[in-house]
Amino acid sequence: MSFPWANEYKPSHPTMVWLDERLPLPRFVYNAIGAGYPVPRNLNYMWNFGVLAGFCLVIQIVTGIVLAMHYAANTDVAFASTEHIMRDVNWGWLLRYAHSNGASAFFVVVYAHIFRGFYFGSYKAPREMLWLLGVVIFLLMMATAFMGYVLPWGQMSYWGAQVITGLFSAIPLVGNSLHTWLLGGFAPDQAALNRFFSLHFLLPFVILGVVILHIWALHIPGSTNPTGVEVKTESDTVPFHPYYTAKDGFGLAVFLFLYCAMVFFFPNALGHPDNYIPANPMQTPAHIVPEWYFWPYYAILRAFTQDFLFIPAKLMGVLAMFSSILVWFLLPWLDRSPVRSGHYRPVFKKFYWLLVADVVVLGYCGGSPAAEPYVMISQLAALYYFLHFFVILPVVSSLEKPLPLPFSITEAVLGSDDAASLTAAE
Amino acid sequence: MRRRDFIYIAATGAAGVGAAAALVPLISQMSPSADVLAEASTEIDISAIQPGQAIKAVFRKQPLFVRNLTPKEIAEADAVPVASLRDPQTLEQRTKPGKTNWLITMGVCTHLGCVPLGTAEGENKGEFGGYFCPCHGSQYDTAARIRKGPAPRNLEVPPYEFTSDTVVKIG
Ligand code: HEM
Ligand code: FES
Repeated sequence: MSFPWANEYKPSHPTMVWLDERLPLPRFVYNAIGAGYPVPRNLNYMWNFGVLAGFCLVIQIVTGIVLAMHYAANTDVAFASTEHIMRDVNWGWLLRYAHSNGASAFFVVVYAHIFRGFYFGSYKAPREMLWLLGVVIFLLMMATAFMGYVLPWGQMSYWGAQVITGLFSAIPLVGNSLHTWLLGGFAPDQAALNRFFSLHFLLPFVILGVVILHIWALHIPGSTNPTGVEVKTESDTVPFHPYYTAKDGFGLAVFLFLYCAMVFFFPNALGHPDNYIPANPMQTPAHIVPEWYFWPYYAILRAFTQDFLFIPAKLMGVLAMFSSILVWFLLPWLDRSPVRSGHYRPVFKKFYWLLVADVVVLGYCGGSPAAEPYVMISQLAALYYFLHFFVILPVVSSLEKPLPLPFSITEAVLGSDDAASLTAAE
Repeated sequence: MRRRDFIYIAATGAAGVGAAAALVPLISQMSPSADVLAEASTEIDISAIQPGQAIKAVFRKQPLFVRNLTPKEIAEADAVPVASLRDPQTLEQRTKPGKTNWLITMGVCTHLGCVPLGTAEGENKGEFGGYFCPCHGSQYDTAARIRKGPAPRNLEVPPYEFTSDTVVKIG
């Protein structure tokens, strides 16, 4: 773990020496996110999003725990208790808006983090485990956010729960029993709300656990960097503290500025007014959509309107929707190029931006009603999405001739590596 | 077999069986509890429903559609070749003998469970004049059979019986 030139932790105060001999926790922190962790010197701002995602998790856990002190997971009072938080609890409106917009901010940050990985080939050897753990975190986040959205027990909460748990009923043979088992009934009701609250409380801590594994897996090879060339010598790196604590701190300030602007000035911009209507199992809202961060997958789900061979349309939609994320697990093996960074892969780079555009189109369609032309556009965009991962990426990455890579990170930064070793030696 | 191997296999085997047994209540507690399963029945007075009208009632906490079909709607349903349907059933199979005008189904779309439109006056009844599900666009005909869109099955017909000419007992 880490590079041989990493700074060593040398406690000077006798108390810290005493502690280091008994529980070397400060040493652990120093080596993980302190001056004892050498990091490539050329990371750009796309490398801020990991720390930001961690910060979002903390926001969600802190605001979530205090919300749970006032919220009641009972279908008779859940909606009222949410309004009680909004109107009666001291600062309750702030805590709730911080939590609901925190979920959106979390997804913004995580999407930036994932697409950084797509572009810079962060998923490639030796970082496959790191990537796979990231996809696991994303799946857990989706489950957490879905169950959290059910808690206020508004119309969107209720019908979201109905539709999303309904996905499981598409599974052949066991689907219906599984659906009933998940809900503890035949439609969302007390049993479902109560268990969703229990799991919504639990899962963020499971996420925290996987995040720790994720960072452990990161610290073995260390971060990659915009050139994709691995660290060779000490002159390629700088210590995490103070260089990246400062850079991440700056990014955090920018993030907090935007996040607070949302929380204070547009707290409901990403929400849905229907969720301020109490759940009514007798009446589906005319236009039900999930939260914005699920729109692309929702568009893929709805793209399947015809039975395909012997597979019913319903099952196809569900399979396609889950596969659209599960395919990320295969990414390290679908991309066959020896070069990591998109900077040096001219053809790949074009297709990368096409994929980004495709996901935006899917997202737009997923947020629109289930009518033409959106259904047809979703069908084409969903087809392209899978084409990208299963055909374009493997073919382009095997055929493409990459641009020449710099010899080292130092050369990429300073123009020549000798100069770098001289400056580093001072 | 050596004594040690035997003890090793027996001990891990017993621990494994114990762990598996502990899973049974942990998994089973999530299934519907006794009060949820308690089967309630509901009586509905249908005397006020005119031909061409429908009502939405509640059965076991879920929406139920009761519809009085017009002769034209019955003829439309009967004109469809059954073999061409995704879930082949005739209107007769979905209603009680001599009461084919009373179409009683759950109001739960068989796709992902939304409540289709088409009971109240002026609601979208879809291309086939029955029900239209706004969630992902499933269209049901005048026998509440799936005709277009992602839903796999016809709207479910619950168990019911006529206790008199104007009252049905559901469940
Ligand atoms: C991964 C982190 C988390 C995510 C993505 C998340 C997401 C959400 C979302 C989207 C809502 C619905 C907000 C609304 O419609 O107003 C919600 C509500 C809620 N969450 Fe979380 N949450 C997270 C962590 C937590 C934690 C750790 C707790 C408590 C231990 C918690 C407790 C609650 C409570 C009590 C509510 C209901 C009150 C309300 O609707 O504002 N959450 N969550
Ligand atoms: S729930 Fe009715 S079409 Fe999807």
